[in-house]
Amino acid sequence: MATRIQFENSSDIGVFSKLTNSYCLCAIQGSTNFYSAFESELGDVIPIVHTSIGGTRIIGRLTAGNRHGLLVPSTTTDQELQHLRNSLPDAVAIQRVEERLSALGNVIACNDYVALVHPDIDRETEEIIADVLKVEVFRQTIADNVLVGSYAVISNQGGVVHPKTSIQDQDELSSLLQVPLVAGTVNRGSDVLGAGLVVNDWCAFTGLDTTATEISVIEAAFKLQGQSSAAVIGEMRDSLIDSWA
Amino acid sequence: MEFVPAPAVHRVLCADCGTPIVPNSANLCVACLRNTVDITEGIPKQASISFCRNCERFLSPPSSWMIAQPESQELLALCLKKLKGLNRVRLTEAHFIWTEPHSKRLRVSLTIQKEVLTSTILEQVFEIEYLVQHGQCPDCAKLAAKNTWKALVQVRQKVPHKRTFLFLEQLILKHGAQKDTISVKEVRDGLDFFYSSRSHAQKMVEFLAGVVPVRSKASEQLLSSDTHTNTANFKYTYSVEITPICKDDLVCIPPKLARQLSGISPLTICVRVGNSLHFLDPATLQSCEITAPVYWRAPFESLASITDLREFTVLDVEPSGQTRGKWVLADAQVALSGAFRSHGAGGGEDEMDFESMGGAQIFHTRTHLGGILQPGDAVMGYFLTNANFNSDDFANLPSHRVPDIVLVRKAYPNRRKKNKPRAWKLRSIAKEAGEEGETGAGRGVVGRMGGRDQKKVEEDYELFLRELEEDEEMRGAVNMYRAQDHKAGSGLAGGKTRRKGQYDMDVDEAGAAATAAAAAPEATEATDDEEEEPDFPDVKLDELLEDFDEMTLEES
Repeated sequence: MATRIQFENSSDIGVFSKLTNSYCLCAIQGSTNFYSAFESELGDVIPIVHTSIGGTRIIGRLTAGNRHGLLVPSTTTDQELQHLRNSLPDAVAIQRVEERLSALGNVIACNDYVALVHPDIDRETEEIIADVLKVEVFRQTIADNVLVGSYAVISNQGGVVHPKTSIQDQDELSSLLQVPLVAGTVNRGSDVLGAGLVVNDWCAFTGLDTTATEISVIEAAFKLQGQSSAAVIGEMRDSLIDSWA
Repeated sequence: MEFVPAPAVHRVLCADCGTPIVPNSANLCVACLRNTVDITEGIPKQASISFCRNCERFLSPPSSWMIAQPESQELLALCLKKLKGLNRVRLTEAHFIWTEPHSKRLRVSLTIQKEVLTSTILEQVFEIEYLVQHGQCPDCAKLAAKNTWKALVQVRQKVPHKRTFLFLEQLILKHGAQKDTISVKEVRDGLDFFYSSRSHAQKMVEFLAGVVPVRSKASEQLLSSDTHTNTANFKYTYSVEITPICKDDLVCIPPKLARQLSGISPLTICVRVGNSLHFLDPATLQSCEITAPVYWRAPFESLASITDLREFTVLDVEPSGQTRGKWVLADAQVALSGAFRSHGAGGGEDEMDFESMGGAQIFHTRTHLGGILQPGDAVMGYFLTNANFNSDDFANLPSHRVPDIVLVRKAYPNRRKKNKPRAWKLRSIAKEAGEEGETGAGRGVVGRMGGRDQKKVEEDYELFLRELEEDEEMRGAVNMYRAQDHKAGSGLAGGKTRRKGQYDMDVDEAGAAATAAAAAPEATEATDDEEEEPDFPDVKLDELLEDFDEMTLEES
């Protein structure tokens, strides 16, 4: 199920949040609307953590993570790191990465098994990614863009890539990722998917501008309408009963 | 053999309508893009343009009016200029769509391009309708209100002849001072120049002050005023009066002024008129200059003017040695021309009368023309003995200081007898259509009111032309044009009219010179060839300009 939300009048919610199968990060905000939207969807299942990274709110673009771990850039303060450590489940490894390309969210696109990374990323960082996130790492570009984290969003069920990605590239990427890929857009034609969309295995959040067509493409790509896992079914049933009660 | 599918065409769904499209920068299909952004936004779809029904011109904002043919480039430019938002888009094409002229509508089809969202250029064709508003342009409104001019220069000279204005006309032509004049009108004693703006009139006044001694006065008349905007609408009038003293006039300078001018003898002749007056005492060669302000402080009239000149014959000339420039002081013995004609065949009572008036008397005088006079020459001069001047200053002169005769300039009577057509002609300002000939009867604005005294005007013009012929210095100040085919048609005709003028003058008994010239036609025939004056300052061909197209004033 995909939900349209907005962060302080901005549809680029992927900038201000990070969603994985085991936790969710949310930027600090005056009002709690944004947080509440996540909470209503995920509140019982995974922890939702209010945090900043290096004092900034653009946490979605600065961090990369999956079910196994979270990578934060070198700008992250000790306090923030401590706060994250305290808030996230113990199973999630947190690692600060000394990487020149510090917007880790932009240079890493990953699900729980595979990560696509910027071609120029450090070898050390690549090793850290592989160790912390427990993924296979591939240096790739998407439609000739090096910022794979910005132009591709992937989960364990599927992925959406930049609309200009050719069929051949899509085939190649999907064979690497072992999930089906779809070229798509968010926020009414925007090709910066990472900024407009956060997704995990059972739910997705998109910017408020996203049209019904885009939602349908996203839901199909991430298999969000189908009831593929029991957890999802239970979740859906709960929420349905909640809302109809 | 295996089936190899062609590479699938890569498509994404349009974000709005969901149709598969080739991905573009907006990721919207063209129809959806059109629906969402209107690139013609901010460009008015209707506009109006003003059209003056009188002069059939269109208003080109902010204030100029231009002539434009229907469906012409100029009109299209004007229409596009009217549109406000066109600078924000790229105009690729514009053309008129035909409309019925009486519909007062113009339809223009425009094709514009504009960048929308990020790096998406959208092109759109649309149509604009212009309403043609008929009205009246300010020029036509002025014309309709008979309020065409804004400033007027009234040039006046209170003398009985038109010579000054004829010369002034040539000066104006030479300096192009008539350029901004919208109309010229002849009035009694002068001309009125009309202008559409005050500065043009001021320029004219300044020009006049530069070439002739004038006194000018400015006045204004309030037409309308707006107390809210503190603006007022005036008509300006400049009254310019030229001193009534002309070249070759005999003047008696008031004694007070004469004392100021290093005690010059009051009885002088005016030898030059520039922007000041130059006087010369022929008996001493003493000269003085009187500027316009000095003159107007104590104005004085001339005693006698060029029409009072009599022709004399030089009997003897003895230079006394004193010279000043081209002037040479000399003692001359002269007698009235025709004084000795009683010996001729045509003796009658007239001659007897003439002699009884003392015509045969020989006069002794001093003259400044010693350099050019030879015994036997004809010379023009004032006959003071016979004259009766109405001037207190003259009457107060001691009688021993008044000569019998004041010689003014050399005459060329034999030259004048020939009906030789002139090889040159002059331009005139403000000639009207239908006025024939450059120098004919219809002679532009000076003398257009000749109906009042046509003969007088013709006579003045002839005198002016002669003066030009005889004075090289004066010729330098005017533009003379080579007469086309002066040997054949028009020149002869001109000669005829001039001849007629001379006869007319005889009847009038107006000009002494003309009288003398035409007095004895038969004698002229006899002495024609041998008596050609050799020192006649003829107009040389290289002084003449080629004729250009007529430079008349445009009709306003």
